[in-house]
Amino acid sequence: MSILIDLNTKVLVQGLGKTGQFHTDKAIAYGTRMVGAVHPSRAGTEFHFEGETDHSGVPGREDTYTADLPIYATVSEAVADTGANATVVYVPPPFAADAIMEAAAAGIGLVVAITEGIPVADMIKAKRYLQGSGTRLVGPNCPGVITPGECKIGIMPGYIHQRGRIGIVSRSGTLTYEAVHQVTQLELGQTTAVGIGGDPVNGTDFVDVLELFQADDETEGVVMIGEIGGTAEEEAAEYVKSEMTKPVAGFIAGTTAPPGKRMGHAGAIVSGGKGTARAKIEAMTVAGIVVAETPSDLGEAMVRALG
Amino acid sequence: MKIHEHQAKLLMAARGIPVPRGRVARTVDEAVAAVRPLIEESGNPVVVLKTQIHAGGRGKGAFKEHPDVCGVNVITDGITGGPGAAEEAVRELAKRMLGSTLVTIQTGEEGKKVSRLYVEQGIDIARELYLAVLLDRSASRNIVMASSEGGVEIEKVAEESPEKILRSEIDPAIGLAGFQANELSHGLGMEGEPAKNFVRFVMALADAATELDTDLIEINPLVVTTEGQVIALDAKVAFDDNALYRHPDIADMRDETEEDPAEVAAKNSGLNYIKLDGTIGCLVNGAGLAMATMDTIKHVGGEPANFLDVGGGATADQVTTAFHIITRDPNVKGIFVNIFGGIMRCDVIATGIVEAVKRVGLEVPLVVRLEGTNVDLGRQIIEDSGLEVTNADSLRDGAEKILQLTEHL
Repeated sequence: MSILIDLNTKVLVQGLGKTGQFHTDKAIAYGTRMVGAVHPSRAGTEFHFEGETDHSGVPGREDTYTADLPIYATVSEAVADTGANATVVYVPPPFAADAIMEAAAAGIGLVVAITEGIPVADMIKAKRYLQGSGTRLVGPNCPGVITPGECKIGIMPGYIHQRGRIGIVSRSGTLTYEAVHQVTQLELGQTTAVGIGGDPVNGTDFVDVLELFQADDETEGVVMIGEIGGTAEEEAAEYVKSEMTKPVAGFIAGTTAPPGKRMGHAGAIVSGGKGTARAKIEAMTVAGIVVAETPSDLGEAMVRALG
Repeated sequence: MKIHEHQAKLLMAARGIPVPRGRVARTVDEAVAAVRPLIEESGNPVVVLKTQIHAGGRGKGAFKEHPDVCGVNVITDGITGGPGAAEEAVRELAKRMLGSTLVTIQTGEEGKKVSRLYVEQGIDIARELYLAVLLDRSASRNIVMASSEGGVEIEKVAEESPEKILRSEIDPAIGLAGFQANELSHGLGMEGEPAKNFVRFVMALADAATELDTDLIEINPLVVTTEGQVIALDAKVAFDDNALYRHPDIADMRDETEEDPAEVAAKNSGLNYIKLDGTIGCLVNGAGLAMATMDTIKHVGGEPANFLDVGGGATADQVTTAFHIITRDPNVKGIFVNIFGGIMRCDVIATGIVEAVKRVGLEVPLVVRLEGTNVDLGRQIIEDSGLEVTNADSLRDGAEKILQLTEHL
């Protein structure tokens, strides 16, 4: 098993601009079942993709691929026509929150929002809109979700992944790659890697993903990568301590970040003495999480946690 | 984005939120000229002369050049001497304040140069409160935070008497509801006319936060006057940078002189740069990895000179700009480039580094760690360039190598 996505996930893409096109092509090359696109100004046409197959992805495919993706005006039309059960949002920031709500209204179960720079007020509204719906939002401002060998939704490089037994959850893109790379080199591999994003208001938190990994048979351990800002890591540590039986290794970025400064990610800021790396590392250590001293030690920390 | 107090008050006044009368002054003469009309309009002989910088703690801060002058001065000379005496007092103070450097608890030792003053009417204070609207990340909503302890740092109140802090979540579909405003007012022990004024104030403030896309509005202190008015004595407002596109009037309020010039230059090139005090410059892709690179440098015994995230799709030009910015910092003794190529290919980055070094010229040691897509090609490009570059196998290895290379410098 894996979490969130697998071979049966049928994916829409919202926003077929330059970024959307590029990553949709990579996803198809990986073997992700991309079933349609939503891009109102091009509705009624098809978008042609072709290229060399990424053999690090879904196994048993030919060396080249071609695909003609139908383009729809609305998400609900696309869902009715394709049976999509997931969507990835590359829509530009001013319209991204609206795209997320549209996907939820159309009844899509999983929305992965890659877009960086969505106004906080828009995300507050979108999150309120999602309350009580059956839709899970991952992101925004995240690399996406990947279940190696089955489905890749987002902007992460597929080939560094390897199917295995470690779940990965992170607020940072490149630090996720760092962890994935080491876990792959140690031949532990990943069940699913989830980027929850670097924004202060996001759809899915550490605890949500940890719950899924805890319930997943195949996942034997989890790497959790946090950073300064907010208290999501502390809440996750509390969950690990009280509910989780699987070993967890982790890292927190931003020990040297000056207070009051936003460190690249909108959510990475220590303000009013809250959200420090020190407090997070302490909470995680108390919860029995093996915290790596540097990202280079993440793989080794996971090995130690596995015992 | 932060703005000055006088700008914040202008925005609030435009929305019918009570603030004291005031005038901004960039010269001594402007400050003096503001005094008489303020006294006449307000009927209060007291005026207040306030430093305008993007940092708190002004009232307790002092000027480097004039240690006996603080950042906020209440001028009472007008009570007995009339407006003329107030003008003279303002003139003497403004002379010393303008162009001088104010050091407060938030500016750091270097302080901030003062180029604007705000001259404000005096207020007869009956009571000081604290009021703020800010994001509660766990709730994914803005909250109103209020406290009966005005004029002190809220962090201190939170630590010493957390029961004195009231919170109310703002539902984005509804705004702050009337009953919530009443509850806050009641919780602060307000009664009668001040209670009504407070309710109006807090509801208008909550609306302002939503409509103006603020990151934070902090009114400390919010005062109840002896006449029962509720008025913002100070105002600190910061905006969500990602929403500025829909508020061009607010974006125009940016005061770049309050920001680090290198940080401004970086931002204009689409780079994320924050200057620090150390000696090892870093150039990294991705915010998390950039932070972790700083942390690792520190962990092996060095001090990072900066945070620099070139982003996921940096061009050769951006890499060159990044090198320019890093090498301009005189403290930098060595540079560590740490790239995990995902979508960004290592060969592209390597080409960028080689071009940048050739254009900028490099006088300090350079360690490059490349990993990810096309890593072999990337390393080859750097090797073939003939540049003096040390390769590293991992983040930790790179941090250790740059430290060794710079230790004797």
